[in-house]
Amino acid sequence: QIHFVLLVSRQGKVRLTKWYSPYTQKERSKVIRELSGVILNRGPKLCNFVEWRGYKVVYKRYASLYFCMCIDAEDNELEVLEIIHHYVEILDRYFGSVCELDLIFNFHKAYYILDELLIAGEIQESSKKTVARIISAQDQMVEAAKEEAGSISYIIAQAS
Amino acid sequence: MNPFSSSTRLRDMIRSIRACKTAAEERGVVRKECADIRASINENDPHDRHRNLAKLMFIHMLGYPTHFGQMECLKLIASPGFPEKRIGYLGLMLLLDERQEVLMLVTNSLKQDLNHTNQYVVGLALCALGNICSAEMARDLAPEVERLIQFRDPNIRKKAALCSTRIVRKVPDLAENFINAASSLLKEKHHGVLITGVQLCYELCTINDEALEFFRKKCTEGLIKTLRDITNSAYQPEYDVAGITDPFLHIRLLKLLRVLGHGDADASDLMTDILAQVATKTESNKNAGNAVLYECVETIMAIEDTSSLRVLAINILGRFLSNRDNNIRYVALNMLMKAIAFDDQAVQRHRVTILECVKDPDASIRKRALELVSLLVNENNVKQLTKELIDYLEISDEDFKEDLSAKICSIVEKFSPEKIWYIDQMLKVLSEAGKFVKDDVWHALIVVITNASELHGYTVRALYNAVLTYSEQETLVRVAIWCIGEYGDLLVNNVGMLGIEDPITVTECDAVDVIVDAITRHNSDMTTKAMALVALLKLSSRFPSISERIKDVILKQKGSLLLEMQQRAIEFNSIVERHKNIRSSLVERMPVLDEATFNVRRAGSLPASVTTMAKPSVSIPNGVSAAPLVDLLDLGSDDILAAPSSSSGADFLQDLLGVDLGSSSAQSGATPAPKAGTDLLLDILSIGTPSPAQNSTSAIDLLSTADMNNNSSTALDTLSSSAPPHIATTASAGGMFDLLDGLSTSPSKEATNGPAYPPIVAYESSSLKIEFTFSKPSGNPQTTNVEATFINLSPNTFTDFVFQAAVPKFLQLHLDPASSNTLPANGGKVTQNLRVTNSQHGKKSLVMRMRIGYKVNGKDVLEEGQINNFPRGL
Repeated sequence: QIHFVLLVSRQGKVRLTKWYSPYTQKERSKVIRELSGVILNRGPKLCNFVEWRGYKVVYKRYASLYFCMCIDAEDNELEVLEIIHHYVEILDRYFGSVCELDLIFNFHKAYYILDELLIAGEIQESSKKTVARIISAQDQMVEAAKEEAGSISYIIAQAS
Repeated sequence: MNPFSSSTRLRDMIRSIRACKTAAEERGVVRKECADIRASINENDPHDRHRNLAKLMFIHMLGYPTHFGQMECLKLIASPGFPEKRIGYLGLMLLLDERQEVLMLVTNSLKQDLNHTNQYVVGLALCALGNICSAEMARDLAPEVERLIQFRDPNIRKKAALCSTRIVRKVPDLAENFINAASSLLKEKHHGVLITGVQLCYELCTINDEALEFFRKKCTEGLIKTLRDITNSAYQPEYDVAGITDPFLHIRLLKLLRVLGHGDADASDLMTDILAQVATKTESNKNAGNAVLYECVETIMAIEDTSSLRVLAINILGRFLSNRDNNIRYVALNMLMKAIAFDDQAVQRHRVTILECVKDPDASIRKRALELVSLLVNENNVKQLTKELIDYLEISDEDFKEDLSAKICSIVEKFSPEKIWYIDQMLKVLSEAGKFVKDDVWHALIVVITNASELHGYTVRALYNAVLTYSEQETLVRVAIWCIGEYGDLLVNNVGMLGIEDPITVTECDAVDVIVDAITRHNSDMTTKAMALVALLKLSSRFPSISERIKDVILKQKGSLLLEMQQRAIEFNSIVERHKNIRSSLVERMPVLDEATFNVRRAGSLPASVTTMAKPSVSIPNGVSAAPLVDLLDLGSDDILAAPSSSSGADFLQDLLGVDLGSSSAQSGATPAPKAGTDLLLDILSIGTPSPAQNSTSAIDLLSTADMNNNSSTALDTLSSSAPPHIATTASAGGMFDLLDGLSTSPSKEATNGPAYPPIVAYESSSLKIEFTFSKPSGNPQTTNVEATFINLSPNTFTDFVFQAAVPKFLQLHLDPASSNTLPANGGKVTQNLRVTNSQHGKKSLVMRMRIGYKVNGKDVLEEGQINNFPRGL
């Protein structure tokens, strides 16, 4: 089971946090501080796993971002690397060659996509296409609602 | 959203935060934004909610508090539009966790959304529930989720399946409700639904035996077929990862087969073929393939014995181990640990490679490899492996030395073929990494050394040599000074030379130099210094020719800033100076420490539970961590007990007492003298610093032995009167006599002696009554013994009961521990003895303020009062 997902920039800025196990606000900041310290300081070419408090954290660096997932000691680390890569590919397709700025200004989109990929810390969909389809269907619903709201407020604005 | 809104847009806020140069500047921007958001929340304009929450989520990610936005999430979730719900649920998952009460308020909205006509709204609700639901919510909403597992749209079915895994994790009792629905998912073609369905089945199998039996009977063959189909399937671009069709599904299926095959030979048999196929056919040049192989190996090792498959698995791990990719090597080391259980030999073949991994630059790999090596050690290879590890210890990173030295020590202790080898290896570890070695390890080494009498000379010489080179390794220094103190004579006389040793010339001065070095080095810690001082006392007797020099060193410590050192220095000095006649018997060779007892104590976390005499658990107030040393003391104190019964006993103690009186007059107003005496006695026999609690119990032991022997010399009486551990008075001479008188009489005498005073009700409230009864010890009119009885008048039990009292300056008050800290309901009683000494006896009456604290149903209650109705003349 994945206990949490973290996206941390090389400067240690948090870009996304998702918690599947209960951590209080205080614990969350502590975990982030501790782990980003450990992971950002690891040299290149070392393995992508860090043992931490009896758990394992699998991380992978893509450009300036570290994608980290915390799993149980007996889980399959190699698979989690694939899950991370799967997520990155979906982000890449969605944003069209994704960069850190996309994830900063559209952080909520990154969350929506993650929610189509993982629930309860388990993988829910292995097809990138399916995820993309479900996300775009929901985006369209939001757009449609916006347009509607926009037009009504336009009318009100005209009237007043 | 709202074109009339005055607040900044999300994008602009992010920009201005990113533009901040300093943390202070960022805090300023965030504070202003938060203020705006709060104001906007108070206006309660639904149009701004969406944006406010988005901003709050960003602020939350930066680590600022955002709890004030929690209710906004609920409002957004409750609103009808999809965009509002979408961001509302996102905020809910980010800003709240399952332990917050607010979460309960959302249950109703969730229920409505789970029944919503729009499947995407249902999807949002399932996702939120699956990520953060609490046990209570799980119970409330389980029927909805169970129904949704059969929903027409696969997107909802897969979400419902994972949501169910969360529900059964939170409430395992609900597992059986999901068995049927879960088994229906295994027939699906849609990969997402299949993956989540298999996951749900796996979860059910691990928490419910019925489910395990059910799936094993009904689904094993179907699952094998599904696995075979995807393994053999033609290229499917949608699911292909590096040549493998859907590795995620592969892995989930292998995992489920693992629990089905484990402990069941028939099911294991069924899956042999497909496992062999996956193990041999999966491409291993990419991570995805290796992930599948890894899972397959794990399944092969967990299911019932099919030895041909296991050979296959071990071979795969061997290949993994020699892989250049660090990740693959890491998992190989991890898996080999499990493989040892059924094929030790096969893993032993990789020993050389594994040892290389211990020296890897990657800390994660080193750690795994070290764990694995420690499992590989046996009687045959221990010498070779230890040598390799110790060689590496010399050159390893500082931060790895702690783990490495701990592992070496545990290997050496467990498998050492002979004592000399053990001692040699331990000395090497202490020399290289002494500052990382834990206390129990070097304590154990000392125990072993005392037991190896034929090696005493050899050990002390080896330690002497080592400490000259590695004087910065604290634990090495400690063991060395202990041994030099004990066996210094063997060191200088080259006694017990072994054939392998080169003779060395060490003068008495050289030996003392080492100890003086340790005691004067500023970075030596308290324990080391204390041990050095005791060693000096021992050497003053072993090396009579230089006892003057030793005395000087001891005297210098009188100026130590550490109180303990100061006091010991004074005591030891007076032994050296004035009691030469007993000195040699005081510092005789320590009796051999019992290894078996030490090991039992070391294994048990609480020394108190295994000691032969009932001792309180030891806490040492002055920062000397010496628990096992105190254990040594226990062993020693058996010998003390023997002493008084022997012929010289009484004299011995009297002498000691003399020493105390001398020293207590030297330090005006220090600890009561008799107490110091027992301290001293125990210290000499031990090497650590015992706690006051320890002293007092030992003193009681002394007392009881003395009684048995009918040995009632005055000295012993005096000594025994210090037995109660709670003497608060300072040792002014007069006070001490009072004390002795007061304590040497037994309570039964007190009851009959002196004028009788009527008992009083000292305090009464609606829930509590306190009664005092009084007695006077004979011959001491100033002192009153008060027995306080606390009576619970309420129908509730009081717990954590504490009685505190304060008296004016002319009184001295001493409280004994209460008989209990719990007062049972309806008349439950607790008693506590107080002793009041009235220095204005005959002029002023007793008076007392008191405070009582206790808990009723977990709530703290405090009662206070003043007691003025003491009988006159107390």
